[in-house]
Amino acid sequence: MRGGWLRVYAIGYLVFLYLPVILLPLFAFNEGTVIAFPLKGFTTQWFVELAGIQALHGALLNSLFIALITASLSVLLGICAARASTRYRWPAKGPMMGVIMLPLVLPEIIVAVSLLVVIVQIFDLPLSAWSVIAGHTLICTPFAIAILTSSFQGLDLSLEEAAVDLGESRWGAFSKIVLPLVSPGIVASFLICFTISLDEFIIAFFLTGAEPTLPVYIWGQLRFPTKIPAVMALGTLMLVASLLILSVAEYFRRRGVRRIGGKDSGGFL
Amino acid sequence: MSAIISLSNIEKYYGEYHALRDINLEIAEGEFFSLLGPSGCGKTTLLRVIAGFETVSSGAVMIGGANMAHVPANKRPTNMVFQSYAIFPHLDVAQNVGFGLRRSSMSAAEKEAAVTDALKMVGLDGFGNRAAHALSGGQRQRVALARALVLQPKVLLLDEPLSALDKKMREQMQTELRRLQRQVGITFILVTHDQEEALIMSDRIAVMFEGQIAQLASPQELYRRPNTRRVGEFIGVMNFLEARQVGEVPDGVELEIEGLGRIDVTSAQMPEGARALADVIGLRPEALSLVYEGQPAPVHSVDAEVLDRAYYGDMTYYDMKLQGCSTPVTLSMKNLMSRQVLEPGQTARVAWEPGSLVLFASD
Ligand SMILES: Nc1ncnc2c1ncn2[C@@H]1O[C@H](COP(=O)(O)OP(=O)(O)OP(=O)(O)O)[C@@H](O)[C@H]1O
Ligand SMILES: [Mg+2]
Repeated sequence: MRGGWLRVYAIGYLVFLYLPVILLPLFAFNEGTVIAFPLKGFTTQWFVELAGIQALHGALLNSLFIALITASLSVLLGICAARASTRYRWPAKGPMMGVIMLPLVLPEIIVAVSLLVVIVQIFDLPLSAWSVIAGHTLICTPFAIAILTSSFQGLDLSLEEAAVDLGESRWGAFSKIVLPLVSPGIVASFLICFTISLDEFIIAFFLTGAEPTLPVYIWGQLRFPTKIPAVMALGTLMLVASLLILSVAEYFRRRGVRRIGGKDSGGFL
Repeated sequence: MSAIISLSNIEKYYGEYHALRDINLEIAEGEFFSLLGPSGCGKTTLLRVIAGFETVSSGAVMIGGANMAHVPANKRPTNMVFQSYAIFPHLDVAQNVGFGLRRSSMSAAEKEAAVTDALKMVGLDGFGNRAAHALSGGQRQRVALARALVLQPKVLLLDEPLSALDKKMREQMQTELRRLQRQVGITFILVTHDQEEALIMSDRIAVMFEGQIAQLASPQELYRRPNTRRVGEFIGVMNFLEARQVGEVPDGVELEIEGLGRIDVTSAQMPEGARALADVIGLRPEALSLVYEGQPAPVHSVDAEVLDRAYYGDMTYYDMKLQGCSTPVTLSMKNLMSRQVLEPGQTARVAWEPGSLVLFASD
């Protein structure tokens, strides 16, 4: 049979990739307090329990705040970089863009440790939500640039010139023509940066101050076996939220491609 | 007629590359002017210099008597139709056409009326609510035209506006553009690499090679009296035969032309610098004709053999070998019912029209 082995490989791949993720909601609705088979009965008590934990709410708010600021900063920086790299040429452009995109492949632990050294040792600043935001912006900006560059690249340069020709100033042409046309890319990159920041653990763990982010809080709870089912429930909620956000992001990305009449060349989903 | 555009000593460098060389040009108000030349000769660059999208390395651009040196593109009394049309994809047709009016002091009703008028003018009546991506190539082109014309610019710049259209559509738009230009009376500057298009549409044509204007003339002048061999080659078809001066006659010279024999040429047929002893003559295919059997042979005729022919329906183009001449020549004949189309290998007498000779300095 043609492609037989490839099919086996593909199925195996998917099982290894997603089986652990599927276990999450499975145990979140499981009545037993121990994470083990066989499953007991169906319950929603872990979700109810979640609602009553004050520290959790604090961590959630903290994470949302960090994700919001991070996403805004990353998108803003991303717009500037993407615009510059698609529109202008300057000396050492290649290496410069390379350095900006580097955090994409840099081990997060290195980013975390070096930021910790810079903030605490060199500048002697206290750790806070803002130090986490700094770290997250560093790793999110390359994602924003990658998405926005493809949005900007699809734009016909003469659109902007046409707007100027019709009397708009350069800023007018940018805000009235370019921004609306790349807005789907902006929304998509915002949502993706938001998700990345919300989930991120290593940097948050190193740089968080007195108030932990949600992933750091969850990690703390894993030490107490009785809390594990509740963590499973929390994980399930986060999984659903992430999938939702990524779907919306992909929707906007595709709309953007259609809007400027381009061809879709693959995306995140 | 006064000059609406005046370019003097324009030089443009892209780094080391010399894109425009000493361009001097005056374009009259209400003129349909074309920039014609092969790909890469600097037509678009010159148009963009006029529009204000490129700065010149030296020289002055004057529009309507005002120096444009410090006037940015959005403040110049010119509008442009881009080669890609640059229709804003997120706006509908009416919003596209009305885009340039946003900053004008007109009332909303006046703006709407102006947009409707502009759409009517280009034959897109009632298309106002159409989405930009739901337009055909020809319609996009019309929207781009309407969008520029609605602002009533002093000068409309068109960068190969018809090159993306199919042949039929292109021919239709050529007539329409010409009609539109006469109707609105705005100066049009058209960039094209299609010599036929330039001849059909223009009042005057500047032929450009390598960033330089090679000849600036009316279509008839350009076709009849190209000033260099290269221009003659570029515009239409032209035969080139070697010629040698053998004597002098009052107001002219006597030439010995390869394959055609001796002939007196008046100085009117000689462009500047073509008085050297060894020269080249140019002869259009229509200045040569076949002499059919039974017709009296004119004085200026020679024996020849058909090498090849191309049948176009209305015309036939023959490649002929003239007796005693190594260079084959092309001649064209109208296909009347009474005229037989000759086949390769057949012989015939070829008559030629001495008044149509153009003399060039050999290069
Ligand atoms: N921004 C630029 N940087 C460097 N060189 C350029 C730039 N723009 C144009 N050129 C060069 O200048 C020359 C003239 O370009 P231009 O676009 O004016 O040609 P054109 O006559 O319009 O040709 P075409 O018919 O192909 O459009 C070309 O050789 C081109 O490579
Ligand atoms: Mg061009």
